[in-house]
Amino acid sequence: MAGDRIFGAVMIVVALGYILSATTIQVPLFPDPVGPKTFPFMIGGGVIVCALYMMFRPDPEADWPPLRSLLSLVIATIVMIGYTYTLKPLGFLIPTALAAGILSYQLSPRPVAAILTGVGLAVGLFVLFRYGLDLGLQPFPRGWL
Amino acid sequence: MDLLSNLALGFSIALSPFTLMLAVIGCFLGTIIGALPGLGPSNGVAILIPITFSLGFDATSALVLMTSVYYGAMYGGRISSILLNIPGDEPALMTTLDGYPMAKQGKAGDALVISGVASFVGAFLATIALMLLAPYIARLAYKFGPAEYFALYLLAFSTLGGMASNNQAKAAMASLIGLGLAMIGQGQSGTPRFVHGNLHLMDGIDFLVAIVGLFAVSEVFVFLESHGKESSIGVKLEKVTVPVKELAATFWTMIRGSIIGFVAGVLPGAGASLGSFMAYMAEKSYIGEKGNFGKGDPRGVAAPEAGNNAAAGGALVPMLTLGVPGSGTTAVLLALLMTLNITPGPTLFTDRPEVVWGLIATLLIANFVLLAMNVPMVKIFVRILMVPPAILLPGVTMISFVGIYSLSGSSFDLLLMILFGIMGWLFRKMDIPTVPIILGILLGGSMEDNLRRAMTLSGGDPLYLFSSPIAVVLWVMAILGFVAPIFLRRYLRKPPAVTD
Repeated sequence: MAGDRIFGAVMIVVALGYILSATTIQVPLFPDPVGPKTFPFMIGGGVIVCALYMMFRPDPEADWPPLRSLLSLVIATIVMIGYTYTLKPLGFLIPTALAAGILSYQLSPRPVAAILTGVGLAVGLFVLFRYGLDLGLQPFPRGWL
Repeated sequence: MDLLSNLALGFSIALSPFTLMLAVIGCFLGTIIGALPGLGPSNGVAILIPITFSLGFDATSALVLMTSVYYGAMYGGRISSILLNIPGDEPALMTTLDGYPMAKQGKAGDALVISGVASFVGAFLATIALMLLAPYIARLAYKFGPAEYFALYLLAFSTLGGMASNNQAKAAMASLIGLGLAMIGQGQSGTPRFVHGNLHLMDGIDFLVAIVGLFAVSEVFVFLESHGKESSIGVKLEKVTVPVKELAATFWTMIRGSIIGFVAGVLPGAGASLGSFMAYMAEKSYIGEKGNFGKGDPRGVAAPEAGNNAAAGGALVPMLTLGVPGSGTTAVLLALLMTLNITPGPTLFTDRPEVVWGLIATLLIANFVLLAMNVPMVKIFVRILMVPPAILLPGVTMISFVGIYSLSGSSFDLLLMILFGIMGWLFRKMDIPTVPIILGILLGGSMEDNLRRAMTLSGGDPLYLFSSPIAVVLWVMAILGFVAPIFLRRYLRKPPAVTD
């Protein structure tokens, strides 16, 4: 109920922004009858129609997770974002071991198993990608080796 | 004669040692992907595509590898359905209904063999039918102009969306979000749109990033939320023998299931899940009271497995001949083709016959490889099934990241992938289907292009979109495809939920 209504409202704002942005598209000197703006306008309009429908005829509320599960999703997201930014400067092995270890611990809270999973996945995948598939991966931070 | 010379060309490619090796590897990986709960054909193929692509394979090799994975995943899905009562992927859901009861009665081996042979029959017949039918549809598609293609894309959205969600507004919303995302970037026309000075967006959103995010990363979130319940094999798998009597008794079941599945697969949007559902339901009502359905009837594993594998082959028909995928996984395969700069459609059959016929010949061979892997060697996969989610899911995440990273090397794409992952999780919670988003991103550019070309041809007359009989038929089918599920749902509930 509320979820569909909030989502619908957000999508209307997004669609209006999309349409507004579409009005600024530069039209080429000799445009075709449709031009580069029409299709985006149609899409934006369609989204608004669907969003209104969702707001006025919402489905039964989705089964939202309790706060604790939600927190673990937030942690996983932070881990993934951190992984994204450390992959280049720190090389493959250390960030992969850390990220995989934390994710593994989240799924099954056994610290030793999680550490082994992290290190095992990092080394195993590195060997597979570097030597099996010949992808150019940097194992350690530049300058270590 | 045409067919024979085409097949000869196909086999000359498929029988090269390298292609054969790729097919075997693909079948093996595919069966694992299918067997592991939480890794279905679409997300399994999705995480492998970026890696395949960064290996620099040529088009035929990449396509052979990925379609072998696709076929393999369809075979493998039944293994965990039977042993764990958890479908390894969505199309294998119906197989749990009789497969798990059979396993509990100590007939796990029989169930695996019967369903493995049924998978083979379904996939093999579908590959033959694909081979016979596809050239005709390709020839028909030659008559398609921009108006027909526009209507065809509409049909794909309406049927795929109509089947994917219980709420048509949400399905339409998902398609529109995908189309909206497809508009970002320079596109074919060269006019930059929705870029707002961000250079990363100039080339548009890479659909592989969206696919891996929506399918694979979101799966990790779903698993985390459910706290990755440990799966354990509750039934024993004794020696696997060939139950000759039961195989003979289910032979016609397999044939019927294959035909129903193939038809369901060819229809755009229906896909393998519907194929197995329809095959099971049809068989159940055909056998009637005499059957033992739901309590371990061998026909209850033969029908859905023949149906789902035949549908997998059927879904390749619209994808190859029209460039319109019939299911989530074929949408992912379409993304692969587009990344390789291959435009599926009628011209594929004339311009790149080696791709089409090499693929078809490989699929014929792959079926025998899969039969060998899934019947005599099935125990290997049963062992792999015991990999706990705490190892599997981090592994999937890392492979997703490395795949996208080695493809683009940009942190922006990785962040975008995470964003799509969160979006996928949220949308799945809200019963907003994610496959139409992918379809929108894939087809958005051509859909707009065809609309603009149609209007240029007609000097801006919108009635031109309905000017040919084919176009009108496609429009009617599109509208029916969108509206019919609303009424059908009142009579036909979704496939029965697995509760025990």
